[in-house]
Order: sequence, then structure tokens, then C-alpha cells
Amino acid sequence: MDPFLLEALVNGILLGGVFALPVLGCNLVFGVVDVVWLCYAELVMVGMYAVWFLHTQQAWPLYLAFAAALPLVGLLGVLLHLIVVKPLLGAPPINQLLATGGVLFVLQGGAMLVFGTDFRSLGVELPPMEWHDVFVSGTKLAAFCAALAGAAALWAFLKFTYIGIAIRAIARDREVMPLMGVDPRRVYVVASAVGGALAGLAACLLVVQLDVHPFIGLSFGPITFMICVMGGLGNMLGGFLAAFLMGLIVSTGSFWWNTEMSYVIAFAFFIAVIFGRPRGLFAR
Amino acid sequence: MEEPALVLEGIRAGYGDFQALFDVGLRVTPGEAVGVVGPNGAGKTTLLRVISGMIRPTRGTARFGEVDIAATPAHELPASGIAHVPENRRLFPHLTVEENLKVGAFIPSARKRFAERSEYVFNLFPKMAQRRHQLAGTMSGGEQQMCAIGRALMSSPRILLLDEPSAGLAPIVVAQVFELVKRIRDEGLTVLIVEQNVAQVLRVVDRAYVLDAGRVVAEGASADLAADPAIRNSYLGGH
Ligand SMILES: Nc1ncnc2c1ncn2[C@@H]1O[C@H](COP(=O)(O)OP(=O)(O)OP(=O)(O)O)[C@@H](O)[C@H]1O
Ligand SMILES: [Mg+2]
Repeated sequence: MDPFLLEALVNGILLGGVFALPVLGCNLVFGVVDVVWLCYAELVMVGMYAVWFLHTQQAWPLYLAFAAALPLVGLLGVLLHLIVVKPLLGAPPINQLLATGGVLFVLQGGAMLVFGTDFRSLGVELPPMEWHDVFVSGTKLAAFCAALAGAAALWAFLKFTYIGIAIRAIARDREVMPLMGVDPRRVYVVASAVGGALAGLAACLLVVQLDVHPFIGLSFGPITFMICVMGGLGNMLGGFLAAFLMGLIVSTGSFWWNTEMSYVIAFAFFIAVIFGRPRGLFAR
Repeated sequence: MEEPALVLEGIRAGYGDFQALFDVGLRVTPGEAVGVVGPNGAGKTTLLRVISGMIRPTRGTARFGEVDIAATPAHELPASGIAHVPENRRLFPHLTVEENLKVGAFIPSARKRFAERSEYVFNLFPKMAQRRHQLAGTMSGGEQQMCAIGRALMSSPRILLLDEPSAGLAPIVVAQVFELVKRIRDEGLTVLIVEQNVAQVLRVVDRAYVLDAGRVVAEGASADLAADPAIRNSYLGGH
């Protein structure tokens, strides 16, 4: 096989892994709380700034900066839930969308005020790996492995812990939960914390690959939501698979045409999917 | 510890402007099995929902031992010993049998006893043990009902509320469900069961209330109710 095509395929899978985390986070929150966090990519942006700030400005070792980003953005998720989402739980979905969309602009504006519009680079890069003329960025590979580890940890949490199982249960039937002694409001907070922590992990993986600036969310936010809808909103496994599909479309698109065109193709594919399967690729 | 009694007095409850229960009184003493029967829309489900805190009464008092039901959030009632198997089971079809049981064991006291309680449930329903890793939604109606009852038993309740456990099941399965209810009560668990299957439920309970249009129209020992000509005509299809 053409090593460049192979490289594109490998990169597509690596990209899919990075898409997967915010998709899982969005789906988790939506499945449980029934509210879309339109500002999800901006939570990631805040996490990226946090890592950049702690590492380059405060001279924290990188691993400590990473370790801080998860609880920090997790806490941000909880605050978002308590301050913005919770008061609107009974409100029409459009109001909830507008509110979390408003937070998007608040976070963008806040980042601009605090950090300015400069592109901030972490300046770390792992050496590339080579295998039979196929070159893969070491940084991307490490990010991919961390993304898979994060997804696996999420899976174990949802599969084996009481609160994780309750999260999967509540996504299907919230009225019945109090009969089992589960306070849905508490589960919402836990899901928001985990959803935020996933954004924090995504931030760690992205900040080593991309320069951070206040509008960075726009470069992966829309595609995150496209993937969520393609996989079926709230469907974790569907979103996970769709993330890899989208990664492959984008990277092979860039291989055959160019990067700009690849996003056009990805978007066209998305439109085709929502016409053909409005409830997602994997809806039964 | 002395077992608590369930006492309802003058309960009014409904949905918005619609009143479904009118001054309902009811008493279940520890160790008793009590039935609530009545036609569709009589308010039987509403009554159980009041007892498990799912809806608040607009008037009257509801107590379970020392616990003031109307003043306690619904999600705190399982910890005081109330377990409710709701109408239509409301299992989580996409979770396995074991995961459904784990949701039933969510409260801290139940988590600690998970191994012991799941053994009790599997002993009660040997079929559930074979199917512990099967998705609940793929089981038959009767098996799902067993799973729903098992899920409620996981919290070591002191009173079990059952809302039409026999609904939608084949006659032979209905007989199994009633057999099971009998076994649970014979083990000493207090049971309050709502049923439309009047003749059969009167065979497994000590006493019963007849609810009609939101009011208690009759109550008494099962045998007396089963023999009462008026009850037989109105609620037992005249047989
Ligand atoms: N969620 C609800 N909103 C509005 N009205 C309701 C609701 N649930 C029940 N009702 C009404 O309250 C009354 C009592 O209903 P309930 O479900 O308690 O009756 P039931 O005795 O359980 O009937 P069935 O035997 O059919 O289950 C009915 O008139 C019903 O239409
Ligand atoms: Mg009913």
C-alpha cells in the first residue's frame, strides 16, 4: 500500500481518538442531564490555557499541569451545571441551548481579556516514529493512547461503579430513580463533573498538538457536535465509533484533496447521514 | 428494632387540578399482607405513589413508623425501608439483570450487603442467577417482573409495595407471581399489593381495601370481602 495513504489512515485513527473524548463528554452530559453543553469546546479551551499557564508561566512540570487540568475543568463543569443549567432544567431546550451558547461567548471573551489573542504554544514535541516508511508523530500517538486510556476509564466507571450504573440507568428513565434511593440532582452533578474532567483530558491532548488561542474551540467544537449527532446524541458507543469514522474521513480527505476540502467532505457526509439516518448512524 | 407500621389518614392527592384520591385512610401493620383492589382509574397507583413519595398529598398524613412520608424527599424513603415495584415494572432494559439489581442496591446500607442480598434474590428466583448477565429487556414478561421485584428487594425493605405485578402476564406466570408474593410474605416481609386480579390477590393477602373513584368503598379481611355479594358483583365479575 502507498505509505502516504497508510500514513493518512493511521493519522485518521489517531485523530479519531482525540475527537472521541469531547464526544464522549458531551454525550454523557446530554444522556444524563438532557442538556447540550454548546460551550463544551470552550471548556476544553480553558483547560488548554490552564496547562499552558501552569507549565510555561508557573514552571509546573508538565505531568502536574495535566493532573491539575482534569479536576479544574471538572469543577468548571460542576459550576456550569449549578449556575447555568440547573435553573433551566424545566425550561424549553432552546433556552438551555441559548444559555450554554452564551457561556461559550463568556469563556471566549474571558480568555481574550486574560490571555489576549496571541497563539500560545506549549513547545513540547515527541520525536516522530517510523515504521516501514510510515511516519507518525510521537505526540499524536501519545495523545491517542491517553485518549483510549481515558475512554477505557470512563467505560469502567460506567460499567462497574454504583454511580456509573445509575448514570446509565437515569439516561433511560429518570422518574423511577428516586424509588431506588437515587437523587437525580446528585447524579446530574456527578455527570457534569465527569463530563468536565473529560474536557480537561481532551485539553491535555490538544494543547500538545495545537497552539491555544481564545477561538480554538471553533476549530473542533462544531465537528464534535457533528460527530455526536452522527453517532446518535447521548449514544456513547455510537459517538465513539463515529469519532473514528470522522477522523478517517478528514485525514483521507486531506490525503486525496487538501485539508480544507476534507472538512467540506466531512460536513457533506454529516448532512447525508442526518438525511438518511436522522437518529444517528447506529440507531436501532 | 420494632417494625414500623404504615398509616395513612385523610389522604388527598392528584395531578395538578385533578384530584385522584379523596380522604383515603389505610393501615398496614408489620408482617401483614394487604391488598388494594379496584377498577381502572380508581387511584390505586396514585396511592402507592403517595406512599413512596413520588407525589405529595395535598392533605392528610402519611407515616411509616416514625417517618413522615409527606415531609421526606422520595429518594430518602428507600433508606427508611420502603421499596416500590412500580406499575409496568420500569426495569432498565439496556442494563443486565445484575446491573438492575445494583441500581436497586444504590443506597449505602444496601451496597454493603450486595453479596448477601443478591444471593437471597437469586435463591428466590433461580432463573435470575442464570440470567444475571443478560440484558433485562430481552427477558420474558414474567422474568422481567421477577427482576423488578428482585431489584426492590435489594435494599432490604421493611415494606414492599407492588403495583399490579400480574399485569400483562400469561395465566400460568400470574400464578407463579402470586406464589412468589405468598412466599415473600410468609418469610415475614410486610407487603402492600395493588391488583386488578381480585380473586387471586384475595387468596394471598390478609386484608384488602376496595378503592373506587378515589375513595375507599370497602375494607376487610380477604375472606369476608371474597364472600361479600356486593363486592363479588362489582369487582369479581359476579362469579
Ligand atoms: N400523570 C398523571 N397526570 C394526570 N392524571 C393522572 C396521572 N396519572 C393518573 N392520572 C389520573 O388519576 C386517576 C387515578 O389514576 P391511577 O393511575 O392512580 O389509577 P389506577 O387505579 O392505578 O388505574 P389502573 O388500574 O388503570 O392502573 C385516573 O383518573 C388517571 O387518569
Ligand atoms: Mg395503576
